[in-house]
Amino acid sequence: MTTAGWVFMIASCGFVVCLCAFCFYHVLAKPSAANHMHAPIDIDTHDKDT
Amino acid sequence: MAQKKEEWGTRLGVILAVAGSAVGLGNFLRFPGTAAANGGGGFMIPYFCALIFLGIPICWAEWTMGKHGGQFGFNSCPAIFGALGRRSIWRYLGVLGLIIPVIIYMYYVLIESWCMGYALSYLVGWINLGTDPTQYASQSVSYFNDFVGANQDGLMLDGRVHISVVVWLLVFAVNFYFIYRGLSKGIETFCTWAMPLMAVCAIIVLVRVLTLGAPDPDKPELNVLNGLGYMWNPKPLDSQHSSWLSALAQPKVWMAAAGQIFFSLSVGFGVIINYASYLRRKDDVVLAGLTASGTNEFFEVCLGGLITIPAAFVFLGVAGAERVGVFSLGFHTLPVVFEYMPAGHLFGFLWFFMLFLAAITSSLSMLQPAIAFLEEALGIGRRASVALLGLITGMGSLFVIFFSKDLKALVFLDDTIGTITIVVLAAVQTILFGWVFGVKRGMRVAAEGAEMRLPRFFPFVIKYVTPAYLLLMLGLWCYTDLGRYVNQVRTDQVVALTFGLVVVVTVFLLVLINLGGRRWKAETRPLPEGY
Repeated sequence: MTTAGWVFMIASCGFVVCLCAFCFYHVLAKPSAANHMHAPIDIDTHDKDT
Repeated sequence: MAQKKEEWGTRLGVILAVAGSAVGLGNFLRFPGTAAANGGGGFMIPYFCALIFLGIPICWAEWTMGKHGGQFGFNSCPAIFGALGRRSIWRYLGVLGLIIPVIIYMYYVLIESWCMGYALSYLVGWINLGTDPTQYASQSVSYFNDFVGANQDGLMLDGRVHISVVVWLLVFAVNFYFIYRGLSKGIETFCTWAMPLMAVCAIIVLVRVLTLGAPDPDKPELNVLNGLGYMWNPKPLDSQHSSWLSALAQPKVWMAAAGQIFFSLSVGFGVIINYASYLRRKDDVVLAGLTASGTNEFFEVCLGGLITIPAAFVFLGVAGAERVGVFSLGFHTLPVVFEYMPAGHLFGFLWFFMLFLAAITSSLSMLQPAIAFLEEALGIGRRASVALLGLITGMGSLFVIFFSKDLKALVFLDDTIGTITIVVLAAVQTILFGWVFGVKRGMRVAAEGAEMRLPRFFPFVIKYVTPAYLLLMLGLWCYTDLGRYVNQVRTDQVVALTFGLVVVVTVFLLVLINLGGRRWKAETRPLPEGY
């Protein structure tokens, strides 16, 4: 494993991990965004409609 | 519409469902081989360029078109294309968004069942490559050929009970069970559990691989660091060049990176449009699309990139790591690796079970677009549409199982529908979004409820760069592969029959689109005010 190999591996994995952390932080942690759970009464999935 | 539309339960649910659709066998088996063969670490430069300027913009376009189409009350690709393009030709072009998932499902569910079959085989000890290490490789190939019936057509359907066929039936039934349960209770619930479980399995295997050290004291050079180096060290493509930068001057490296990003993110499958159509007008698509893409990248780069090639290198050296391709790396090489590895059967089970989870979260997503289409086109309920789709895909899958010699039918379908047709659909989508629907309008739709803004380069990229890139890919394919493709259909009977299957399914769906078109015109829901 060369120094350049380490650089590419750490930079690539680091970029992806940071991207995921940024996205999931905004999706999960922010109250306005958190799951924006639809009220149960809103949900009518008609999952078993025929 | 006659029925109230389905909806996602949570935003996290739809993100995991889209990410689950994107994460598949290619993340663990295709990406590492492609990267190692195209410059190692240097490949990541074109790879991330393709992600930022090609993959994610197309994702955003698909999410936006899907959400907008859903406001008309539509969930299927033909109906959404028709509503956005306002001409019937777009409706018919939408057939691509149906044949791709439906036909890919026919063979993908089979590969998925192989993963499950291998996981079971490791669990109960059916896999036995013998005691002579020099015979492991040939035993592994032999086991795979016997398992899938690759030695002769019709071998798997000769009237005897074959474990692979039993597992296929089981996996097929599981898929349709979750699909029948519906979008929220079925797909979303399953992906919410399966995605974290998949990550846990992959991380356990990753820790095992990274702690292997140098398992053979006689060959200290075959160690984990050198395995990682084989994958990540930037290198030229051939010995004629000395600098790894020379790889970046090769167009084929950039095309390989674009192709990998493209197929990895599940863009051009007709799935994202369908999934996004169940969102509400004020639901965010920008952050959701970015999160789903990021999750897919995590599985691909951080897990796939660190497991497969280093593991193959540590036990088999360069010869093992060089074997790229889903089948040869996944089903020929890795069983040999697990045979050498301490507690290999346990890790073999975990690995193939993880691949099964990756595959089933993808295959579930392939069924939903067609279910939505059958409901919309024929005005039938979920039970009837699930039964009809089960019949169609079941027959198609049996066709692939029957023509198992050298996996000819499967490989042909993957070469055509699973490769080039996806590029065609993506090109159609970007032209529809950038030139017909309009980028400005698209940006407005995407901005509604969005928690982050689309980047400034997005309009230019989606209107000019992406279509040009896709048309270039299509042109290159026509130049290099079209002749071979036509010749194959003309000379090989099995390939001709497989091509016939594609034609029959396409014509059937076009007839249904024609029938559905009349319903959709009559039932188009007016858009909300200000849209």
